[in-house]
Amino acid sequence: MIVGRLALKSLLNRWPTASLTIFGIAVSVMLLMGVEKVRNGARQSFADTISGTDLIVGARTGDVQLLLYSVFRIGDATNNIAWKSYGEIAALPEIAWIVPISLGDSHRGFRVMGTTTGYFEHYRYRQGQGLAFAAGVPFADLFDAVLGADVAAALGYRLGDAIIVGHGIGSTSFAPHDEKPFRVAGILAKTGTPVDHTVHVGLEGIEAIHVDWQTGARIPGRTVDAEQVRRMELAPKSVTAAMIGLRSRLDAFQLQRLINEYKEESLSAILPGVALQQLWSLVGTAETALAAVSFMVVLTALLGMVTTILATLNERRREMAILRSVGARPATILGLLTAEAAMLTGSGVALGAALLYTVLSIMRPVVDSRYGLYLPIEAPSAADLAALAAVLGGGVLAGLFPAIRAFRLSLADGMIVKT
Amino acid sequence: MSALVPEAAVAPILPATPAFALSGVEFRWPGAQGFGLRVDDFAVTRGEKLLILGPSGSGKSTLLSLLCGVVTPQAGRVRVLGTDIVLLSGAARDRFRADHFGIVFQMLNLLPYASVIDNVLLPLRFSKARRARISPGASESEEARRLLSRLGLEAKLHDGPPAASLSVGQQQRVAAARALIGAPEIIVADEPTSSLDRERQQAFLDLLLQEAGRVGATIVMVSHDESLRPHFDRAVPLERVAAISWQP
Repeated sequence: MIVGRLALKSLLNRWPTASLTIFGIAVSVMLLMGVEKVRNGARQSFADTISGTDLIVGARTGDVQLLLYSVFRIGDATNNIAWKSYGEIAALPEIAWIVPISLGDSHRGFRVMGTTTGYFEHYRYRQGQGLAFAAGVPFADLFDAVLGADVAAALGYRLGDAIIVGHGIGSTSFAPHDEKPFRVAGILAKTGTPVDHTVHVGLEGIEAIHVDWQTGARIPGRTVDAEQVRRMELAPKSVTAAMIGLRSRLDAFQLQRLINEYKEESLSAILPGVALQQLWSLVGTAETALAAVSFMVVLTALLGMVTTILATLNERRREMAILRSVGARPATILGLLTAEAAMLTGSGVALGAALLYTVLSIMRPVVDSRYGLYLPIEAPSAADLAALAAVLGGGVLAGLFPAIRAFRLSLADGMIVKT
Repeated sequence: MSALVPEAAVAPILPATPAFALSGVEFRWPGAQGFGLRVDDFAVTRGEKLLILGPSGSGKSTLLSLLCGVVTPQAGRVRVLGTDIVLLSGAARDRFRADHFGIVFQMLNLLPYASVIDNVLLPLRFSKARRARISPGASESEEARRLLSRLGLEAKLHDGPPAASLSVGQQQRVAAARALIGAPEIIVADEPTSSLDRERQQAFLDLLLQEAGRVGATIVMVSHDESLRPHFDRAVPLERVAAISWQP
């Protein structure tokens, strides 16, 4: 008790260095916990990119690749699904809903995706949250487009604006479909998923801009204007992929096998959750590196504390001598300095946790809307508490080093301080 | 390293037991410049007020460290109140010192950040024996305040600012009160007056000796100041107590 009180008073007496040391530890603890939070948040946000979809079907390809182009709009499909195959799959009795997607065009660097209005109904992210419209409605007309939040924000589009869809996916398309402009019918609310970067149009719209094109190039001498197109048969010949919801999730594996063994053409079906995990395991090394860095920062802060305590030892030899003269044992001196390290680390840990939650509550809405990173504010997890306890233990352990040195000094000095 | 003979080696304190009895003591600081000290035979009777005189740097503080058992000699016996403290374990020696010694240094005696009262109460935290000697019916802090008042320290300073803000004279009085609390049998003082001006030296010494006399404590004080002689029962030059040697 006396040891604790003396350590506290001695610390208060040296409050400028003590508070800086505490602050250093606090910042490192905040970083450690913060990185952990962001890590979990990123993993969760990533895993929540798509939910509620039981299967994704595309032409025969790797699981991760299919996920990348159908959900993340990264890379391209090597092949399409014939409209006939799509129809046959859609007719399977196990299927509750199916939404086709057709990729391959772009608008000023953003991917254009042909789909049906079912997409707005069935696409789910972050624990089953559905898409919401910030403005407007789903596409109804052949030349209606619905913009993701980032597209509208980046290009400054509002409802009713006309946009030109280019063929191919470059940011400045060399072959614009300029005679058939689309009109902005709706703008989606921010989701933090690739939906934000996508221009959505109807499947027929995609067909319409391609009627006078063949195998990627304009057919010479043949131009069809928008009014003519409206009178044409625009049933798609193929789609890039399809998202499927099942009546019963239990059918997922059976249906996956069925589609993978489809006779008419080579198809792949993936379970999005499984593919997401595969993909995350690829980028998982980065999170280990992050954790390692924050661990190093904690180590640095504790080293700083040891340095500070060591630096004060010389000027405190007198204090030790006084304590020895009134009957304190060298063991008491050892306890005193260890208690000091424990107090510094303990305050640092507590302050760090408090700082983290403060910063989190301030930054959370910004991080969510700007980076699509959802960081829940929860009580520290068991892992968090274990990490904090480890920091505290490390602090006390590190504090033993100057304590043992003080112990030796006070044994050697006795009551006389030789300087 | 001395043999570890803890509790059994602590002798009962009889009235006739001398406060200190040193014989054949040889001590050398480890490593440091070969400074050594030899005491063939030296005794202090109970209740005696002894002044040891010597210029600064002559080894007075080393002698006091030996008397207090803060350092142990390589050879010889240091009997304090009948107990050979050389034979005690380090922890037992620390407890022995806490129980039986009050110590006053030249200056900077106090924990600068603690209040006056906390400084005075400090020895009681480390010694059950001294807690037990607080007069029955009085609390520890009442006892501390009484001592401080008798040593002329106003009550408003007792709980006031940290000890570091007191004048040197006031600090020495607090140190004296701390040495006296719990009535230890032995008061050891290392040049306690040298940081005071002459007038205050006399007043401080009178108070210290008077309060020590009240509880029958033995006082051993070292100083370079010959003029302090009249206050003491006996004054001896250091060289008559100990032979100092330097080894190159």
